[in-house]
Amino acid sequence: MQMAINSLEKKVLGVLEEVHDPEINTVSIIDLGMVEEVNVQDSVVNIKILPTFLGCPALELIKENIKKAVKSIDEVQQVNVQFINHPPWTSDRISEQGRKGLKEFGIAPPPRLMDSDGSWHVDCPFCGSTYVTMENIFGPTACRSILYCKNCKNPFEAMKPISTLM
Amino acid sequence: MTELNITTNPENKAAVVSLLFQLADDDFLYSFRGSEWLGLAPHIEEDVASSSISQDSMGHAAMFYQLLEELGLDNADALAHLRPAKERRNSILVERQNGEGYYMDVPKYDWAFAVVRNYFYTAAKKIKIESLKNSSYEPLANVAVKVNIELYYHLLHWKTWFAQLLNSTEDAKQRMQAAIEQVMKDFGDVFSLGTEGEKMVEIGLIEEEKVLVQRWKEQLKPVFESLNLSIPEIPASPAANGRNFEHTEDLESAISTLSEVYRIDTAASW
Repeated sequence: MQMAINSLEKKVLGVLEEVHDPEINTVSIIDLGMVEEVNVQDSVVNIKILPTFLGCPALELIKENIKKAVKSIDEVQQVNVQFINHPPWTSDRISEQGRKGLKEFGIAPPPRLMDSDGSWHVDCPFCGSTYVTMENIFGPTACRSILYCKNCKNPFEAMKPISTLM
Repeated sequence: MTELNITTNPENKAAVVSLLFQLADDDFLYSFRGSEWLGLAPHIEEDVASSSISQDSMGHAAMFYQLLEELGLDNADALAHLRPAKERRNSILVERQNGEGYYMDVPKYDWAFAVVRNYFYTAAKKIKIESLKNSSYEPLANVAVKVNIELYYHLLHWKTWFAQLLNSTEDAKQRMQAAIEQVMKDFGDVFSLGTEGEKMVEIGLIEEEKVLVQRWKEQLKPVFESLNLSIPEIPASPAANGRNFEHTEDLESAISTLSEVYRIDTAASW
């Protein structure tokens, strides 16, 4: 992401911290690594966003929420939000803050590395136990899997690792 | 070759458009047939998984229709819903109904057919998408990188079902063998690039059919060997080629069902 060089850009980045994933309200789109570029030309703000999964139904909602948030800044006359496919979004774009937010919501953050056979492991976001089983690689949304913790006996979700090496 | 001079030449643009329609219509029908399984899959976790795969695949179709919209064709929703069967470029395989009956009535869908179709189709899609990552048409190459990442999970899923059912009871094995035969009858146009195919290869949009077929077979080889099966032959000259607008009655009924709500009010905002 481009560095904030003027004060309006800083303000825009500030309000984007308050735009959350509509399905995970503890994580902002900045922390998810979805904001690729913020460009300010006088009072016009151009924002480039990376979709996480192509079929994610939340994308249009996120776009509208971004527009609403940025328009709330007095100096802004116009906001353009564009989804771009290059570079591809990958799960390693999620920040430390984002990983914390996911955990607060009960979702294990995506593992940083996969084993050479493509398998991966996460710990329980509730009790931290490593004694978990994969129930379903697919889950309630495109980006999540369903697991079960054998230690604290809670079902939980994990964000799928997404990498261009796959 | 740059993106600009590919689509400024009308003949080249026609090749790009044809390829995008093949990809879009394939994934659109594939995900529609997958969606018809909702609530009917063998168990609840499978319902979650296969509907998630349908949702991803519908997203892929939407991206390909979006690229067509950006080339000056109609808007993506209209392209998906309003084109009649005789203007569609999808393969015959993805338009075939899931089995006898209708999901609003008494569906007698065939899970073996679903597993084999989805596995073979996803394996073929993987090979094409890998080739498209190097497409001379850059917007398509960028989308291919995204699609490829999501396909990883789809392929793993259908490969697992395929191997497990073929390692299961005699009844399961027989049903799977029958499904393989049925799917292969319709596989003749899956890798076909249609009448604009030579142009597509010439300008570097995608690699040629026989190269893709060979890679598909290599990809399936370890799985088939582990199951003591030989890789089935792809029919050389298919009775109908969907890439050239030849289709079955199943496509007509699919389009009429899937576009029913959209046609009620094409200007509605969702």
